[in-house]
Amino acid sequence: MVVAEHGAAAPPARTGDRPFQLLLAVMAAAVPVIIGAMLIALIAAAWPAIQRFGGAFFVTSTWDPVRHEFGVLPFVYGTLVSSALALVIAVPLGLGVAIYLSELVPGRLRAPIGFFVELLAAIPSVVIGLWGIFVLVPWVRGTLGPALRSAFGVLPLFSGPPLGIGMLTAGLILAVMIVPFIVAVSTEVMRAVPRAQREAALALGATGWETTRTAVLPYARSGIIGAIFLALARALGETMAVTMVIGNVPQIKASLFAPAYTIPAVIANEFTEATSDLYVAALIYAGLVLFVVTVIVNALARLLVSRVAAGPAQIRE
Amino acid sequence: MVRHVKRAMLVALAVVIAGAALPAGAQGLTLNGAGATFPFPLYSKWSQVYAAEKGVQVNYQSIGSGGGIRQFIARTVDFGASDGPMTDEQIAQAGGRVLHVPMVAGAVVPVYNLAGIGPVLNFTPDVLADIFLGKITRWNDPRLARINPGVPLPAADIIVVHRSDGSGTTAIWVNYLSKVSAEWKARVGEGTSVNWPTGLGGRGNEGVAGLVRQTPSSLGYVELAYALTNRMTFGAVRNRAGQFVRATLSSTTKAMEGALKNIPEDYRVFFTNPDGRDVYPVAGFTWILIQGDQSDPAKGKALVEFLWWATHEGQKYAPTLLYAPLPKSLIGRIERTLKSVTIKGAPALP
Amino acid sequence: MGIRYQVRRATNAVMAAVTLVCTVVVLVPLFLILGFLARMGLSALNWDFFTQLPGAAGEPGGGMANAIVGTLVLVALAAAIGIPVGVLGGTYLSEYRASRLSTAARFTADVMNGIPSIVMGLFAYVLLVLPMRRFSALAGGVALGVMLIPTVMRTTEEIVRLVPQSVREASLALGIPQWKTMVRVVMPTAAAGIVTGIMVGVARVAGETAPLLFTAFGNRFWSRDLLQPIAALPLQIFAYAISPFEDWHRQAWAGALVLVALVLLVNVAARYAAGRQVKLH
Repeated sequence: MVVAEHGAAAPPARTGDRPFQLLLAVMAAAVPVIIGAMLIALIAAAWPAIQRFGGAFFVTSTWDPVRHEFGVLPFVYGTLVSSALALVIAVPLGLGVAIYLSELVPGRLRAPIGFFVELLAAIPSVVIGLWGIFVLVPWVRGTLGPALRSAFGVLPLFSGPPLGIGMLTAGLILAVMIVPFIVAVSTEVMRAVPRAQREAALALGATGWETTRTAVLPYARSGIIGAIFLALARALGETMAVTMVIGNVPQIKASLFAPAYTIPAVIANEFTEATSDLYVAALIYAGLVLFVVTVIVNALARLLVSRVAAGPAQIRE
Repeated sequence: MVRHVKRAMLVALAVVIAGAALPAGAQGLTLNGAGATFPFPLYSKWSQVYAAEKGVQVNYQSIGSGGGIRQFIARTVDFGASDGPMTDEQIAQAGGRVLHVPMVAGAVVPVYNLAGIGPVLNFTPDVLADIFLGKITRWNDPRLARINPGVPLPAADIIVVHRSDGSGTTAIWVNYLSKVSAEWKARVGEGTSVNWPTGLGGRGNEGVAGLVRQTPSSLGYVELAYALTNRMTFGAVRNRAGQFVRATLSSTTKAMEGALKNIPEDYRVFFTNPDGRDVYPVAGFTWILIQGDQSDPAKGKALVEFLWWATHEGQKYAPTLLYAPLPKSLIGRIERTLKSVTIKGAPALP
Repeated sequence: MGIRYQVRRATNAVMAAVTLVCTVVVLVPLFLILGFLARMGLSALNWDFFTQLPGAAGEPGGGMANAIVGTLVLVALAAAIGIPVGVLGGTYLSEYRASRLSTAARFTADVMNGIPSIVMGLFAYVLLVLPMRRFSALAGGVALGVMLIPTVMRTTEEIVRLVPQSVREASLALGIPQWKTMVRVVMPTAAAGIVTGIMVGVARVAGETAPLLFTAFGNRFWSRDLLQPIAALPLQIFAYAISPFEDWHRQAWAGALVLVALVLLVNVAARYAAGRQVKLH
């Protein structure tokens, strides 16, 4: 029981407590149950491909529907790199906006600005994808690409001609899509930090930024990290917008200007047309791989966080 | 808080019930169909006209040819639609007696983005195949120059664009390439999705059209309807008779006529690269898939009557929407096919 | 005061500016996209659009009335599934943070958020469409609802966690049972934040196309009940956007505008309903 954590004696159980706790537990359990069911269904459907390709699936780069040779490596690469790029762009930006909205914004503007940022989440991914093709891609090809190329062209990361579509644009468009999550949740979490914390820091002579840094952010750290997880998950699984701007070429290239391919994109592109059972099974196997990748990324991130996040976050009033 | 939650739930419930109870238009029959995106505009027109004239609602959704085949096999829809014929295994999976009924045909054209080039470019089969194989990489390649005398082709790389999603358009295109290039057939093969040796992938006809329009020096393939409505430049392809022909509705219909003797009983064929004069060589049917033996009397009758209408009166709506109507000679054969549909043993049509 | 103080003050000013810049940068794509939609689609927004059924290709007229209603129905269904499970589950996660169930649920919720929407749709397809042999609004609602659960659950957890312990203790000290404390004190305190999480989730789910392809399926006509295929704005937008017709493209953009407006409206309404609670800090 919650109160017992603080060493006080647990109050006598009231009727209503147990059923409510049970209700909550059942609801929480729904998620692992659903995931378990999905996993079983996925494995069953992917079985023919698992039998045929086994572990080689993870390290092969060919994707040939005609010859039935399938390997998922380039897609894993594309998924991870585009999502990482999106996070690198969206997390600092999103946190910046959240800090502005929770600490600095003039009161009347908070609601409208917060509103607008959430509006970004309301735009269907298909529409963002189409906007990407018409507006973002030409901009990357004509403006951002050449600028990056002239500044950093020596690095393999920016080698090759910027075609407009490719990994960079995919990362940008994913960033646009995940930023609202980071902003919305982080803002809420930061605003929920008790005023007393801020006042304590200010009373000690901290500047606004120092207050944010020492009193607000540590307190809100868990929530912010939760928001980042949410954003990461969204980036890993995003389908429509990505497939429209990434070029859909299964290859592994160092350059961000090169076209690439992600697992959700290939599933969305080829699933409805997949003619043979092995082809369908291979696509579902790829979905399973994404599942596994998501699990690994989440586990690693959690590990990282638990090393870092002990301490201030546990101090409560 | 609880009060507000309750209130919100009630509102949600009300919306759901209202939506569910919304009266339908006519209390008529609904036929659900799914499949190819290519004929979607035409089927939507048919659906509108047919509902107004006959009161039967035909609800067609474009989820892709493969999706259409799969839903048809699972019997979650009343009819399927596909730009590529079902394979033998799929027909076996579907069970019953599967009928492919051709509705219209569409041409697939090579679109390109070359600023400042006035005349329409010519392509020969082998040149197209080698471009898509990645063997011809520049616009001013001598082989391209030879078939386009006097045209100032630039010394730029050809950026190939193909479909990233599985599609009947691709199936027609690669079927053509397989027929005209032994190397393509051996190295890549055909199907709704292939392992492209080179090029960028665009999603859907729209995606390819968009990429080509925006990427200078690019070459891709799209359905004729997309090229025309987007006012894109597309080239002429040399047919078997040696003529360089640009795709038009009539040259596509002629292609069907040219291939007629090679169209089998069940219509499962790609009639690319046929014989004949003035034919455009890269075109294909789009079919509607039905069970030859229907079990639901009302639906079965409605279905066959709709298909009869589609292959007769419906054809007149095709050209406006940039589809090639079926030639008369083929319609005769299709009539026989439709007459063979039975409902629990008895013929569906009187 | 000394150089150190000057540095601190300067840092403060710089960081304030940086956050302002971040805000502007984030808002730029939004206004670009909305501007794009407005430019392309505003001309197609007329009375017909809201009242007519879809028309034929290439011809002017026709609308998305059934798709608008369809989206509302699907979102309501999704909410009916996603909100109770998400909010209650998230509350469990925050109150019993260290239990094994919590760890499992938290982890799997994060994983679930990362599953491509098309896979969710396939799940609902296998679960509902195949056995029933029909596409239905119900299947679509289930697919979207299942997608909503993990988002709502995680955001609820983080928000409820931040309700000060003193609030809970005060309530318990007054003799209010644990469960009532949760329902009548803790959760109302967190209401605004929970609603934010729900809205962000609903916004995303309302715009999803892929899960609906194999479940709700789409409908050119009005649906008669929840066990029929149903039209939805994202499906209609997608079908029109990839067609070759200018007129349909304009309708697609108009549809996107309407979708965004719908989500906005639901957002405003929900905030109004939940915002009438007293903030306790």
